[in-house]
Amino acid sequence: MKRWGVFIGFLVIASLLAGGIYMAKRDPGFARKLPSVMVGKPVPDFDLPELLDPSRRVTAAQYKGQVWLLNVWGSWCPECWKEHGYLETLAKRERVTIVGLNWRDQNADALDMLRRAGNPYAAIGVDPDSDAAVDLGVYGAPESFVIDKAGVIRHKHVGAITPQVWQDEIRPLIQSLEAES
Amino acid sequence: MRVLLPSLLLFLLTVAAHASVEVREFSGPEQEARYKHLIEELRCTVCQNQNIADSNAELAADLRRKTYEMVRAGKSDEQILDYMVERYGNFVLYRPPASGGTLLLWIGPFVVAAFGALLLIRVIRKRRNARIEQPVGAEAERLHQAEALLRNEGDNG
Repeated sequence: MKRWGVFIGFLVIASLLAGGIYMAKRDPGFARKLPSVMVGKPVPDFDLPELLDPSRRVTAAQYKGQVWLLNVWGSWCPECWKEHGYLETLAKRERVTIVGLNWRDQNADALDMLRRAGNPYAAIGVDPDSDAAVDLGVYGAPESFVIDKAGVIRHKHVGAITPQVWQDEIRPLIQSLEAES
Repeated sequence: MRVLLPSLLLFLLTVAAHASVEVREFSGPEQEARYKHLIEELRCTVCQNQNIADSNAELAADLRRKTYEMVRAGKSDEQILDYMVERYGNFVLYRPPASGGTLLLWIGPFVVAAFGALLLIRVIRKRRNARIEQPVGAEAERLHQAEALLRNEGDNG
């Protein structure tokens, strides 16, 4: 009877540790990631000046009726530089509408990054004071939101979009969302 | 070098101290108290176990500013905390509500403590019983034989 108690205790602790190791192996950033509470909610109604043409505004409402990707970035963020080239490939080859949210950045630095690394964005909202970012529950960059035709956030990816993330997570989702009416 | 390093450290210290000072204006002491209470209740989600009042992280500054704006706009504590939870999840609260997944966090320590106490009681009882344990089975029989043997020897001698 006593032996069994010790054995069960051991099993409980061992499976907890094994679970932690498994999660950390599958996704190295797992311990720092928060659950995506914004998934399933409508995208907040931001209204920001456009980076390249400050006379224009960028709003969430403009993209109603299409599936789009909202990408939070800044020139200060190394992972954003890493994914930038691939985002451009996606915009060109896969014809994804990518809207940028330039977060906590200087306009000059942001424009400089676009000159050097290319511009994958259909439009870029400027958010130096985190107004839209906090509304979106952003806590790091890059973060990307997949938004459906009704303007509902369907997925959030924290970290750079790599070819594997695109293949496994985002492309299948966008394809099924495109099929929705 | 001997002068440079301390002065550099001093400089960094003043920069850090400067960063955490924010000038906020309130309509009254009640509003200020509410703001201070709220930023102590909200967690800096990118820090290790810090609330947004104590943290110098940029996200903490953003959340403080948002909290301040909402307090100024006349929002209630509940509305402000709900706003944060809707965007950052229960993790943003230092004292998450005891429901669903967080229930384990709240009662876990008590379950472990109760389990430990139970184990301790069992061990203590066992030790106490072992000390006053009476011989049983074959051992008792051998004891009887030994006593009988002693009695017989006493009769003979």
